[in-house]
Amino acid sequence: MSSRLAISAALTAAVALLPAVAGAQTPKKGGELRFAVSAEPPDYDCHAATSFAFIHPVRPHYNTLLKFDPANYPKVVGDLAESWEQSSDGLTYTFKLKKNVKFHDGTPFTSEDVKATYDRIRNPQGGARSIRQAAYEDIESIETPDEHTVVFKLKTRNASMLTNFASPWDCIYSAAKLKEDPKFPERNVLGTGPFKFVEHAAGSHWVGERFEDYHVKDRPYLDRYRAIFITNTAARVNALQAGEVLSEFRGHSPADRDKLVKALGDKIEVLESPWICSLVVTFNAEKKPFDDARVRRALSLAIDRWKGAEALSKIALVRHVGGVLRPGYELAADEKELEKIPGFGRDIKAAREEAKKLLAEAGVKNLKFKFMNRNVPMPYTPVGVFLIDQWRQIGVTAEHDQPETKAYIANLRGGNYEVGLDFHCDAVDDPNLQLAKYISADRSPINYSRANDRKLDELYEKQKGELDVEKRKEILREFERHALTEAYTIPTVWWHRIIVNWKQLKGWHMSPSHYLNQDLQDVWLDQ
Amino acid sequence: MLRYTINRLLLMIPTLFGVAVLVFLLLRLMPGDIVELRFLMDGGQVSPEVLAQERARLGLDKPLWQQFVDWMSGLLVGDFGISMWTGRPVWDEISSRFQLSFQVAIMATILATFIAIPLGTLAALFKDTWIDRIIQVFAIAGLAIPSFWLGMLMILGLLLFFNWIPPLTFTPIYVDPWHNLSQLIWPALAVGYRYSAVATRMTRSTVLEVLQEDYIRTARAKGVFERLVVSRHAMRNAMLPVVTVIGLEFAFLIGGLVVTEQVFNLNGIGKLFVETVTRADYTMVQALVMLVATFFIVVNFLVDLLYAALDPRIRYR
Amino acid sequence: MRRSIHVSGTADMAIAEETPKITYKVPKKRHPVLQFAITQPLGAAGLVFIIALFIAGIFAEYVAPYDPLELDYGAMLAPPSWDHLMGTDAFGRDVFSRIIYGARTALAVGFLSSALGSGIGAVIGVVSAYFGGRIDMAIQRFMDILLSFPIIVLALAVVAVLGKWPIGGLDINLIIAIAIPMIPKVSRVVRSAALAIREMPYVDAARAAGYGHTRIIFRHIAPNVVAPFLIMFTAFIAQAILLEASLSFLGLGVTEPTAAWGLMLSGTSQEFYQQAPWMIIFPGLAISLAVFAFNLFGDSLRDWLDPKIKI
Repeated sequence: MSSRLAISAALTAAVALLPAVAGAQTPKKGGELRFAVSAEPPDYDCHAATSFAFIHPVRPHYNTLLKFDPANYPKVVGDLAESWEQSSDGLTYTFKLKKNVKFHDGTPFTSEDVKATYDRIRNPQGGARSIRQAAYEDIESIETPDEHTVVFKLKTRNASMLTNFASPWDCIYSAAKLKEDPKFPERNVLGTGPFKFVEHAAGSHWVGERFEDYHVKDRPYLDRYRAIFITNTAARVNALQAGEVLSEFRGHSPADRDKLVKALGDKIEVLESPWICSLVVTFNAEKKPFDDARVRRALSLAIDRWKGAEALSKIALVRHVGGVLRPGYELAADEKELEKIPGFGRDIKAAREEAKKLLAEAGVKNLKFKFMNRNVPMPYTPVGVFLIDQWRQIGVTAEHDQPETKAYIANLRGGNYEVGLDFHCDAVDDPNLQLAKYISADRSPINYSRANDRKLDELYEKQKGELDVEKRKEILREFERHALTEAYTIPTVWWHRIIVNWKQLKGWHMSPSHYLNQDLQDVWLDQ
Repeated sequence: MLRYTINRLLLMIPTLFGVAVLVFLLLRLMPGDIVELRFLMDGGQVSPEVLAQERARLGLDKPLWQQFVDWMSGLLVGDFGISMWTGRPVWDEISSRFQLSFQVAIMATILATFIAIPLGTLAALFKDTWIDRIIQVFAIAGLAIPSFWLGMLMILGLLLFFNWIPPLTFTPIYVDPWHNLSQLIWPALAVGYRYSAVATRMTRSTVLEVLQEDYIRTARAKGVFERLVVSRHAMRNAMLPVVTVIGLEFAFLIGGLVVTEQVFNLNGIGKLFVETVTRADYTMVQALVMLVATFFIVVNFLVDLLYAALDPRIRYR
Repeated sequence: MRRSIHVSGTADMAIAEETPKITYKVPKKRHPVLQFAITQPLGAAGLVFIIALFIAGIFAEYVAPYDPLELDYGAMLAPPSWDHLMGTDAFGRDVFSRIIYGARTALAVGFLSSALGSGIGAVIGVVSAYFGGRIDMAIQRFMDILLSFPIIVLALAVVAVLGKWPIGGLDINLIIAIAIPMIPKVSRVVRSAALAIREMPYVDAARAAGYGHTRIIFRHIAPNVVAPFLIMFTAFIAQAILLEASLSFLGLGVTEPTAAWGLMLSGTSQEFYQQAPWMIIFPGLAISLAVFAFNLFGDSLRDWLDPKIKI
C-alpha cells in the first residue's frame, strides 16, 4: 500500500504538466463547444449563487478581479487586474486594472465597476442578495483614486485575502446598471467576459457566443458554447459516449469513467484529481448520548477510513483520506501526521477495541440511532451504507434515514436529527473556508452540531492572521487534533474528481475544484 | 338536458375550489422551505438575515390566509404568479415545457387507439381461443410492466444493439420532424403500451357485451353479412365506453409521464412537476396541480355530458 | 355463485323410461377452489405465483442464500453466476436474496395499502349510499376532489408532507400515501353496488319493521358489496406494488438499505445499469410478474364471481 498522499501529489503534478505538453500545439479558432451540466441555475446573479450549475453556463460571461491560473493551481493571476501589491502590514491591497476593457454592451470598464461590485457583495442594498458577505467583513473601505486603480483597506490582516479576490463568484458587474437597478444581474447577463449571452431555454440549454471586443487578444478561440442541462446521470453519460457533448465539467463516477473508456478507448482523455469536497459526520451535541465526547470519538474510531476509501473509490467518487483540509494541499496534514489522529490510525482492530472500551466507559450499551443522510445516490448513499456497516462492527445499530433534500436541510438546521452525514465543498483551498465547519456553532452558520468550542475559535482567529506559512501550519495541526478529538464533526472521506473529455477538447485545465477554470477563455476545438 | 348541463357545470366550481385549498395546504405542510433549500443545499454559508429577506421577497412571511387570497385573486384574472425558484412567470415556465408532454401524450393516445380497437375486437370475436388468450396476456402484461422500467430497457436495448441514443434536446415537430420523432417515439411507446392495454381490455369486454345483445342476434338471423353486423351495429355501440376510457386515461397519462420523463430526461411537465415539488416551489406546484385537476374535471364533465345525451335515464338521477 | 343442479337418482331413471333420452350433464360438486382452478386456468396460474411469493416472503430467511444487507466489496457488480444466481449490485449485495426479501416488502406494502384503501373506501361508499341526501353529496364532492389528482401526484404529495414513519422496516406513511388514491375509486364502485341494493324492497321492509341502521347495513347491504370489494382489493394490491415501485424510483418510497423491488431500480442502479443490466432486469421482472399474477387472479375472480360487474 504505497503512500496515498504521494499518489495524489503525483497526480496533481502530472495533471499540471499535461497542459505544458498540450500547449505545444497551436490553437485553432472556431467551432461550438457542447457540454453537459447536471443541474440548472435558478437565476443569473453570481453574488447569490451557490452551485456549480451556475458556474458552468454563466461564468464565461464575466470576469473577476483575480483568478487562479488554470494551468498552475493554486497560483493567482490577474483577470481584470493588470498587477497588484499588498502592503507590508497586510492591510492595503492596491490593484492596477487592465485598460481597454469593455462590457458586452460597449460601455467601458473602470474602477467604479469594481467598487460597485464589491460594495454590493459586502453590503447588498435595494433588495440585492449577497451570500458571501462574511468573506469581506475585514474590508474597511474601497477607494478608486483613478479610473484604473482600486485600493482596498482592511481593518485587520487576513492571510486568505488574495484567495478571496480570486473567488469565481465575484463577477464584476457594471456600476451604471447596478445603480439603475440593484437587482439587475438576477435576470440579466451583462459582463466583460469572453462570451456574450445568447439564450437560455429553461430546462433545456444555455448558449453563449464570442464577444468580439474581448480585452484579451485572439481570445476566445471558440465561436460559441452550448451548455445542455441533463439531470439524469445515465442520459448524461450516454450523451458523452455518443459524442453529443464533449465533456461534463463537474465529475464522473469511477463506473462511468470505466464504461466510457471501454467504449471509446483513445478517443477520450481522462483527467483525475483530488477534490476540495469531503463528507463529514456531524453529531448533534444536544442529543444524548452524543453530548459525550467519548461516544463521538468511539464512533469515529470504528471507521476504517483507509480500507474504506479504497473500496469506495471503486463505486463512488471518493478516494482520499484527509482531515480538515484537503489531502494534497500544502497546508494539510501529511499521512504521518494524520495517522496520529484518533480515527485515522492504520490498526483498525486496536481502534475498534478502544471504541468499544470508550462506549462501555460512557455507559452506553447497544447504541441505536437514526443516521440521517442526503437522498442523493452519488456519493452519499454508498458512503452512508458503508458507515452503517462500520458501526455494526462495534455493535452499534444505525438506521439509515434519507429524507429528501428540503427536509434534510430543515432537520440539520433545526437540530432535528441525531447523527447526520453532511458534505462540505469549497471553491478553493482555504483554511478560513474549510475550518468554518468546525468552529463554534454560534459563530458559524454551517456547523450543525450545535456545539461551541472556544479553543477552536481562538485557534481559527490565530491562523487567519498568521501570514507565515510554517507557523500557520502548526496552528492548523493543533486545530485539527483538537477538533477531531472532541469529534463534534468528523471528516470521513474526501472526494475524487474524474473528468472525461473527448480529445478534440483542448485548452481546458484540471483543478481540484469544479468551480474553477470555467471561463472557457482558452478552450479550443481541434477539429 | 340543459338543466343537467348547468347542474354539472355548477358542481365543477366547488370541486375546483376544494382542489385549490387542498393543494395549498398540503404544500405548506411539507417540512423545509425553498429559501433554505436554495441557499444551503450546496453547503453555502448564509446569514439568517439574507434568508429572512428572501422569504419576505417571496411573500412567505405573510399570514397563510393572506397568501391564499393573493394567489386566488391572481388566478381569477389569469395571473399564475412567479416561480419562487427562478423568478420567471409561472406561465412561461409551464408553456415552454407543455408542448413536449402534450405531444408525447397525443402520440401515446394515437398508438393506443390504433392498437386497442382492432386487438380488442379480435379478442372478443374469437373469445376463448388462443387468439383471445394471447391478446389478453399482452394486455395484462401492459398493465403489469412499469412504464419507467420499460423505458430503461428500451434505452439499454438501443445502446447495446445500435449504439444510438435518442436526441437530447427538443425541437418542435414542424421545425425538424425527424429529430422530434426520433426523440419522442420511445417515451410514447413506453407510456402507450400501458394505455393500449387498458383500452384493449375495455374494447374486448364492451364488444363482447354488445355481441350478446338481442339486436345483433336478430341481424344475424336476418342473414346480414357477418362483417356488416360487426362493423355497423356492434362497433358503434361498443365504441362509446371505449372512447370514454381513452378520454379518461388520457388525463391519467399526464400523471404517468411524471416517472417516464425522468428516465428519458425529457424537458416536460412531468419532470417539471417532480422538480418543483422537491424544491417546494409553491407557486409552480399549485399552478401545475390546478391545471391538471382542471383538465381532469373538464374531461369528466364532457364525458358525463356525452353519456347523458345518449342515455336519457342518467339525466333524471 | 354458480349453483350446481341436483337431479335425484330415482326421478332421473323414471323419466328416462318414458321420454326421449335427454341426458343432463350433472356437474359434480367440487371444492370451490378446484372448480376455480379448472374453469379459470390463467387465474389459477396467477394464484400459484402469488402463493409462491408469499412463501418467499414469509420464509425469506430460509430461501435466500445471502443476507440482503451484507456488503461484499470483493464482488461488486458481479454478473450472474453459480455463486450469485442473479448477480450482485453496486455494493456486492446478492440480487437474488434482495429479490426474495423484496417480495416481503412488496406483499406487505401491497396488502396493507390495499386493505387500508379499499377498506376505508368501502366503508365510505356504503355509508354514502345508505344515508344518501346531503351526506352523500358532500362525501361524493370530496371524493371528486381526490379523484382530480393523478394518482402519483397525490401519493407524491402525501409522502412529501408526511415524511417517513418507519415501523419494523416498513414506512407507514408510504402505505397511507398509496392507500389514499384508492379510496375514492373503491368508494365509487361500492357506492353504486350499495345503491342498487338500497332500492330493493326487502330493505324497505326491514326499515318498516324497525331494524336499526347497523343491522340493515351488515345484514343486507354488505354481503352484496363483498364481490366488487374483493375484486377491487386484489386489483389494488397490484396497483399498490406498482405505485410503490414508482415512488421508490423517484426517491420518495422505501429507503436504503431495505430490500424493495422499486428501490432496486433507482439510486445506484440508475448509475450502473448499462454495465450491469442484471441490476434492473430482475427487479423489474419481479414487479411485472407479481402485478401480472395479481391481475390475472383478479380478473378470473371477477369472471367467476360475477361476469356482469362493471368495474
